[in-house]
Amino acid sequence: MTEPISYDQLLSILVRDEPRVLTRITALFGRRGYNIKSLSVGNTEHPGVSRMTIVVHGDRGVVEQAIRQLEKLHDVVKIIDHSLEKYVDRELVLVKVAITPESRVEVRQIAEDFRSRIVDVGRHALTFEVTGDEGKLTAFIEQMRPFGILETMRTGRIALTRGSNADIASHIYHGGESDTLRPALEGLEAREERARGVPNLF
Amino acid sequence: MGQADGQEPSGQELSRGEMTGAKALWATLANHGITTVFGYPGGAIMPVYDALTFYPEVRHVLTRHEQGAAHAAEGWAKATGEIGVCLATSGPGATNLVTGLADAMMDSVPLLAITGNVARHLMGTDAFQEADITGITLPITKHNYVVRDVEELPQIIAEAIRIARAGRPGPVLVDIPKDVQLAAYAGAIPSPHARPEIPAPSDESIERALELLRSAKKPVIMAGGGSLDAAAEITALARAWDIPVITTLMGLGAFPASDPLWLGMPGMHGSVAANRAISEADVLMGIGLRFDDRVTGRVGGFAPNASIIHIELDAAEIGKIIRTHVPVRGDAKVAAVKLTEGALKGVWPDWTAQLQEWKDRNETPDHWGAGYAVKAVVDRLTPDDILSSDVGQHQMLAAQLARFEKPRRWLNSGGLGTMGFGFPAAIGAGMAEPGVRSVVIAGDGGFQMTAQELATLKMYDIRNVKICIINNSFLGMVRQWQEMFHGKRYSEVWLGDSNPDFLKLADAYDVPGYRASSAEELPGAIDAWLADPKSALLEVVVPHEHGVFPMVPAGAALYEMIESDPRRAAELKAQLADAPMNEAPTSTAAEVNDA
Ligand SMILES: Cc1ncc(C[n+]2csc(CCOP(=O)(O)OP(=O)(O)O)c2C)c(N)n1
Repeated sequence: MTEPISYDQLLSILVRDEPRVLTRITALFGRRGYNIKSLSVGNTEHPGVSRMTIVVHGDRGVVEQAIRQLEKLHDVVKIIDHSLEKYVDRELVLVKVAITPESRVEVRQIAEDFRSRIVDVGRHALTFEVTGDEGKLTAFIEQMRPFGILETMRTGRIALTRGSNADIASHIYHGGESDTLRPALEGLEAREERARGVPNLF
Repeated sequence: MGQADGQEPSGQELSRGEMTGAKALWATLANHGITTVFGYPGGAIMPVYDALTFYPEVRHVLTRHEQGAAHAAEGWAKATGEIGVCLATSGPGATNLVTGLADAMMDSVPLLAITGNVARHLMGTDAFQEADITGITLPITKHNYVVRDVEELPQIIAEAIRIARAGRPGPVLVDIPKDVQLAAYAGAIPSPHARPEIPAPSDESIERALELLRSAKKPVIMAGGGSLDAAAEITALARAWDIPVITTLMGLGAFPASDPLWLGMPGMHGSVAANRAISEADVLMGIGLRFDDRVTGRVGGFAPNASIIHIELDAAEIGKIIRTHVPVRGDAKVAAVKLTEGALKGVWPDWTAQLQEWKDRNETPDHWGAGYAVKAVVDRLTPDDILSSDVGQHQMLAAQLARFEKPRRWLNSGGLGTMGFGFPAAIGAGMAEPGVRSVVIAGDGGFQMTAQELATLKMYDIRNVKICIINNSFLGMVRQWQEMFHGKRYSEVWLGDSNPDFLKLADAYDVPGYRASSAEELPGAIDAWLADPKSALLEVVVPHEHGVFPMVPAGAALYEMIESDPRRAAELKAQLADAPMNEAPTSTAAEVNDA
């Protein structure tokens, strides 16, 4: 039998913004032994809904199983499997590079080639901010490596599907096409509504 | 009326008075048709227990351990198909529910667990009897909640009930801080959510399944626990096509055992016919099951010649373990009805004949031993009786030997294999169906894990629970593995010197006891035990070292099964069948330690 091919796969998961959601999701991946390569979470335009982008490393079977298990979670509103559609993805990295009086100009020049911004200037180091896809960030870091990389921090990838193929339901973007989130969000809104009407007793 | 007994204030109407979170909880449960809850009180859930006195329409059953409450609620749910409810206080009370929740998760039992917790301002401070029960139960519940606002409490309960019952059922836990239980509640009491519709399978998937069935030469149906509510439709389907049916441990009763098409149970202790059928089949149609490893044996050797049709509600189960050629996602009932239309009948006479030949090979235990005793007991059951089992050899023997005609008459811990499950589950089922006999077969080991629930029988004067302990003085199933795979080193499995006198134990709780130690004594003892107007206990003392066969050793394929007991064959040969029964085990833990 040939080994299934493993590669990085990108998922966006829209979740209810409630306690323990992150734990539930990561616990699910952990228990089943799926390795999360990167995870980034942020709010969406819709109150009560957060969006995670997860990069899972594994073969197609692993990712399909992960999606089906995730779909069963009550907190999960929608899962977007980016392997099925065209998408844009970005990652932000902060890189602190050692400099000497001799290397300073060259380092700055490379950074400029990458359209990178300097966010901190020290006597012995410059800190750059770079955004882009994975390949660009990796290339940047490789270019800087000979000068001495002191520290890096990457945010993890974030992704959206391309064009008018909106990930999120129309009543969030007012006039898009998809309505898939509506039933889940209606329940959420009803609960928020109730919660708002209630004075905090403590 | 248990809890309310003796607590009704004299000469004064009970007044529900001002609504609190705790009262809203009971009102919501009552609105959802919950008539019985199993539980155990404590500090952090006292407002709920106090409010209970205002809701006589809900019966509270005080078990003697929270694990007993959880399994009783499971027994209730497994027998009725309705949700079971259990209750516990914070910390140790809540953690005592954990085994029951894990069990319910594995076996897809709709369960609502309600736990008290410390007041909100104490949560997260390691306060007295605080445990992060939602954290602890995260992987073993379908969903769980901490109620942080009293205004959300009734809605959350309603939603929890919906989630527990929806789709593939499972346990949901709601943790309620004590101050939320006490807080005033001004809102409405919610009515039940409509049950979410179960999606029907796509026409395309049904068409593909039909195509495959029509081209089959050796088809077989394998029905699991998820097929129980479609038993009638599956029976019609199998009969329309003449397809033989295997029912898994969880699916026993999904197809009538009296039907010639029934082949028994598959897997580790499955029947010869079932396991051969799987190994030879060219089309295997699994319905409502998850291909547990105890069923498949070595996955690579499972149904090696078959194309697989998998009818299953939970998409995550399709293709999880076994490659599936035709996935049919959706309601098993609808699928069975659609697949019945256009059936071809009787087109594989050779296959049916071959299976019958294998079926005839099933041995009936004809010499004194655990199998003999279990068979004598299950032969006395009627199709309406509920049979629970605990976990071990007696469980596998009961599963092999009992003949179920209907679904939801067989309760056991399939996925988790929880010792201590059987007896409290029988109590729960017995309380759900007081007019029905609720029989439990347990081992001497497992019974002692929840034996304290004898008190529950006494307290509520439950009369329809019949306990049968198969006493082999061993943790029998572990001993069998030690015998077969660990050079007969019987490490820590001998109970014989320390078992209680089970009849005296029962007597201490006013439960009548009967005992049989030989084939001659057994029929009389069974008669007396079943005829007793009260719940009663029967201890059957059996030889120490019997094994359960057939058996597929762990890691082997189904076709590598050991069909019959090799020891028995040797015994017969050596004419040792009448060896004294109470001899000491061949090697005890003490000897092992000495060695
Ligand atoms: C709570 C729990 N602990 C341990 C086990 C492991 N185990 C499986 S079967 C078994 C032996 C059961 O012995 P007994 O109850 O006497 O039944 P028998 O096998 O003898 O019929 C044990 C210890 C288990 N299934 N559950």
